[in-house]
Amino acid sequence: MIDYVGLIPLFPAIGFALNLFFGRRMSKGAVGFIACAAIGLSFLVSFLVFLDLLKMAPASRSIEKILYQWIVSGEFQANIGFLVDPLSIVMMMVVSGVSFIIHIYSHGYMHDDRDFPRYFTYLNLFVFFMLILVSANNFLLMFVGWEGVGLCSYFLIGFWYEKKSASDAGKKAFIVNRIGDYGFLLAIFLIFVTFGTIEFKAVFAAAPGKLAIGSGIVTLITLLLFMGATGKSAQIPLYTWLPDAMEGPTPVSALIHAATMVTAGVYMVARCNVLFVMAPTSIFVVAVIGAATAIYAASIGLAQNDIKRVLAYSTISQLGYMFLACGVAAFTAGIFHLMTHAFFKALLFLGAGSVMHALSGELDMRKMGALKPHMPRTYWTFLIGTLAISGIFPFAGFFSKDEILWKALTQGGFLFWLVGAVAAFMTATYMFRAVFMTFHGKSRVDHEVAHHLHESPSMMTVPLIVLAILSTIGGLIGFPIFEGWNKFHEFLSPVFAVPPKVAEAGHHSAGLEITMMVVSIVIAVLGILSAYRLYIKKPDLPDRLAEQYKIPYQMIANKYWMDEIYDFVFVGPLIRFSIFLWKIFDEVLVDGTVNGVAAVVRGGSQVFKRLQTGNVQSYALSILVGVVLILGYFVFNIK
Amino acid sequence: MTSLMISSVMYQGVSLSSYLVLSAILFTVGVVGFMIRRNIIVIFMSIELMLNAANLAFVAFSRFLNSMDGQIFVFFVMSVAAAEAAVGLAIVIAVYRTKDTVNADEVNLMKW
Repeated sequence: MIDYVGLIPLFPAIGFALNLFFGRRMSKGAVGFIACAAIGLSFLVSFLVFLDLLKMAPASRSIEKILYQWIVSGEFQANIGFLVDPLSIVMMMVVSGVSFIIHIYSHGYMHDDRDFPRYFTYLNLFVFFMLILVSANNFLLMFVGWEGVGLCSYFLIGFWYEKKSASDAGKKAFIVNRIGDYGFLLAIFLIFVTFGTIEFKAVFAAAPGKLAIGSGIVTLITLLLFMGATGKSAQIPLYTWLPDAMEGPTPVSALIHAATMVTAGVYMVARCNVLFVMAPTSIFVVAVIGAATAIYAASIGLAQNDIKRVLAYSTISQLGYMFLACGVAAFTAGIFHLMTHAFFKALLFLGAGSVMHALSGELDMRKMGALKPHMPRTYWTFLIGTLAISGIFPFAGFFSKDEILWKALTQGGFLFWLVGAVAAFMTATYMFRAVFMTFHGKSRVDHEVAHHLHESPSMMTVPLIVLAILSTIGGLIGFPIFEGWNKFHEFLSPVFAVPPKVAEAGHHSAGLEITMMVVSIVIAVLGILSAYRLYIKKPDLPDRLAEQYKIPYQMIANKYWMDEIYDFVFVGPLIRFSIFLWKIFDEVLVDGTVNGVAAVVRGGSQVFKRLQTGNVQSYALSILVGVVLILGYFVFNIK
Repeated sequence: MTSLMISSVMYQGVSLSSYLVLSAILFTVGVVGFMIRRNIIVIFMSIELMLNAANLAFVAFSRFLNSMDGQIFVFFVMSVAAAEAAVGLAIVIAVYRTKDTVNADEVNLMKW
């Protein structure tokens, strides 16, 4: 089956083409079926490839399949090729599996939308590019997928393009991504110049020999690669597009901005682990930014009132955790969290979508409340997702987040653990705040909206249930402490290089590990209790606290004014420069020159037009003058 | 009549240069008339005058070089002059019908 790995991205491509050309002529059911079936088949093939991979010996689980020699230019060669190894197959399964669930959900959610076919066209195209990204065997093909998912993100965020805020958000996402992509591209150039090739296997095999550990080149390459990752995965400083991206339909937020596209940066760092391990400075930067982003975004999430914004900042924060893991060379933990996060974040977003669907599009949590009795399935699945993200045993998020915190402590240092722990506390707090404000307490729902309150149809709730199951049991494959129980780690670790510092460090005691696990659970429970106290027991307390601690509250409620700062520092001057180029360079200089030439011609013609008097006699005079001159020449100059 | 014919035979006759000078004077008069006069009919008359000045020069040369070529050419010139006069006057009539004038200064639609 591994030979047919090319089918995995092919099915969504076919789905995209069919819906693109025939979507408007088919019934909504047919369009949805084609799109979902394409992803379903993709997932099936990924799973079969995974089974094939399991049958192989761990050391040989790295197969390349070249489909086509794409570019051959002098020494530069780029192929369309796929790399099947534990990392890429995990990504492929997560992407196709979660996409499949979300496609089915979308069929119900977007049912009344008039642009139904366009939605599924874009969605299939997105999955195609994402699968290319995770299965590529060289940097250029990965970059094609990288740009492609950015493009589809633009399409899907600005799906309701008639709304100005939506199309602005789409532009912002694409442009901010592009800034990161600039770094990625420079990194690819550097890699080619250094290694003469851009294929993963060749580069990673040659790296230890060619580059010195900590040398300038490898640090530069990895920093530039990480710059690309910060753009795509919404880390500081290129995260500002993600909260705005909530303008898109909720399933889009679930798929792209929670489960798949934003994880591309984490995948890329994990894929290039050999290079990052050789550049201690860069990997430290990755960890610092990851940790900083985790706590920064969590703090903003505490004060957001839009349910989707809470989840958006939560995503940024959780991605920070993944980068923190990669930054302390715990790549398996990072990918593990990527997988569990895909489950519970998609669940949370889809649940939020279900709530919005029931409330006719309302997303302000201050206008929700006491929804639990009306929407039991949505409530219970959302609660499971929240328990998972807060890191409560035995849900999936506990295992992955705990592993990250443990590795941060043992491989990174106490400070990293502390930042992660504080962020975990905040995570539990703001997530349960969301649950309590939405589903518990007194109903603050508008009267009109309350009339239409209903649980969502099965097409939407069944995916929620599936994701809830995955969020519950998904973590068990990474069970720590007991020897041989951490299947996930076993499967993935051959892919990742281990920095010498880590390899030399001794084994930590199981006792310490269990203690830290208990500490994590205690922190999470404290967060839940805080949210309970603030939003159930004493509902007026949050407002009083906001009044008392005005400045901190204003800072987080206004997201630290980062958008405004960026506008002032970057966007403003750029726009002023563009206006300068327009008004002065283009209008005055360029147009002036072109028009000036025309003016000179016009001036000349003003002079010469006087010859044309319309008077026959003056024309005859001209003829006479000419004849006289010619005759005179012949009479006086004959040699 | 016969006395006049006898008197011309007895003298040398008029020299070639006299004819050419006359032709030149007629031509110049024609040119100046063409330039100066406003009435289109008078302009046409000046054109005819120029043509006939040329005819005179042809005939004079034919007489003094004893060649019939000049005379034959005069026939051509005359027929061309006649045809051109016919066409030209037709144009003048058309112009008159449109612009209600035969003043050349007023026919200047092609002025810039």
